[in-house]
Amino acid sequence: MNPISLPNAPIVKRKSRKLACRRYFNLLYVLPALALFGVFSLFPIVKTVQYSFTDANGINPNFHYVGLANYRSALTDSQWWQAVGNGGVFALLSLIFMNSIALLLSVAVNANIRGNQIYRVVFYIPPILSGIVVGYVWKWIYDPKGILNSFLQGIGLGGYTHAWIGSTDTALYAVAVSSMWQGVGGSFILFLAGLQGIPKEWYEAAEIDGANRLQKLRYITVPSLRSVYTMVNILTILGALGIFNQVYAMTMGGPGYTTEVPALRIYREAFTNSDFGMSSAFSIVFGVMLFILSLIQLKLSRNKE
Amino acid sequence: MGKAGERLTKGAIHLLLLAWAVVSIFPLVWMLSTSLKEKNEIYTNKSLIPRNALNFGNYVEAWTAGGFSRYTWNSVLYSAVVVTGVVLVSTLAAYGISRLDMAGKKAIYLGMMATLMIPIPGAFISIYIVVSHLGLANTRIGYMLPMVATALPVSIFILKSFFDELSREIEEAAIIDGAASFRIYWSLLLPIARPAIATIVILNTLSVWNEFMLALVLFSETKLMPIQMGLSVFVGQYTTQYELLMAATSLMVLPVILVYIAMQKQFIAGITSGAIKG
Repeated sequence: MNPISLPNAPIVKRKSRKLACRRYFNLLYVLPALALFGVFSLFPIVKTVQYSFTDANGINPNFHYVGLANYRSALTDSQWWQAVGNGGVFALLSLIFMNSIALLLSVAVNANIRGNQIYRVVFYIPPILSGIVVGYVWKWIYDPKGILNSFLQGIGLGGYTHAWIGSTDTALYAVAVSSMWQGVGGSFILFLAGLQGIPKEWYEAAEIDGANRLQKLRYITVPSLRSVYTMVNILTILGALGIFNQVYAMTMGGPGYTTEVPALRIYREAFTNSDFGMSSAFSIVFGVMLFILSLIQLKLSRNKE
Repeated sequence: MGKAGERLTKGAIHLLLLAWAVVSIFPLVWMLSTSLKEKNEIYTNKSLIPRNALNFGNYVEAWTAGGFSRYTWNSVLYSAVVVTGVVLVSTLAAYGISRLDMAGKKAIYLGMMATLMIPIPGAFISIYIVVSHLGLANTRIGYMLPMVATALPVSIFILKSFFDELSREIEEAAIIDGAASFRIYWSLLLPIARPAIATIVILNTLSVWNEFMLALVLFSETKLMPIQMGLSVFVGQYTTQYELLMAATSLMVLPVILVYIAMQKQFIAGITSGAIKG
């Protein structure tokens, strides 16, 4: 140590104590965020876990602990699994059709076509609408006396007119179509951002080496898009499984339970059946499932790299 | 590829894009068209053009008798308050975490980001429980506070990433001048962060405007309801008044689309940065 600095030592010490004080004083900056976050995000999670082990009904403040009973009935509830299965159908259809259309459109818009700015803006209009509005507009399109059936009659396919969301054989797919209509734009914009992030020089270098269109796609585009693709898939799965607003507006889970989805069941369990215990158990089961799904998806994409 | 082939590909691409543009827009055009038709016209006139294109009667009825003036005012209020709250709270937090020496800041930040990774689909149930425990069910504040809280992680993430990019030299001169950290935040960093704040304003205005689930569980009084819930006024168990419903949805959607078209750059930047949060 430099002897000259010795006389200064007490001052340094006082200064460091002041700095240590600062470290805690500065916590004031995150205090409002922490308070809100704690009360309205963290505490509800704790409450959900707690309620899932009780027979709470949301009205009576007294409740009893029932152990794993709620989980046991949740896991054996066939209507619940039908709801999860419906969410799975939405997810699968979206992964296949919605994301393929989105990828195709993003490649097309990225191809430096005239008017691509306008297309980009137009394709993103459905995603900025609320699920409720989309649900009502499509409910009107699907109405037995609505435009879809009139259109079919008009082109001579009158035999195919149908109560699209009113009958058990088509309701689930009709809702899926409307939710995919809204979702294409979201995947599209993320794919497009991914495509635009690929340096132009890579393609130019490949062209100099004599690569053709397919080779450029295989060796540059596809590998570069891999992380975007994973993210889009995770968002698609979470979005499809978590759907609520559109189903609420269009079918309320009906006819019967053909379009029931997990979030709607969780809602109904609490507010129609006044069973907050069951509702919380469903939330936890479903949350764990979604979490595991996104972990698997992340893991799979890591392995490919 | 030959010139003819090139032209053919271009043509196919144009056709594809045009087709999807029509698909994207058609339901909205149909919504507008229905909103301008008479009650007895909507099931008989299947053309896009209403008999009287200047028939705004449905709008007037939705606005007055349907109560949409109230719901719209509620939603404007909720959006303004929630977005102001989010901006204040999240800029303070992001500034502290990014630019200041703070005890346990890494744990705090990671803890908040963790909730982004763990989706909780039934969150609205537990929020309802907490809000009613606090005696805030059926109040405006009980609706707005949870919305501010849920918006914080993404907003703090966007702002922190922005602040992290800034050079330390920006504050150094001010620190030498003896400016307190709050002054540096207020008069130096907030103005610089304007683009990131714009992103947060857009992202959150849209999500408050479109919010439905939380309102559904928290509000039983119609006079507090936001617009998304107000729509249910026109939906009966057996019949739906589509001409009024479509007028109301048009009223809610048109301002959003206009703002979106005017500010599409910030909009899309906001959406992509909001999605790429991991």
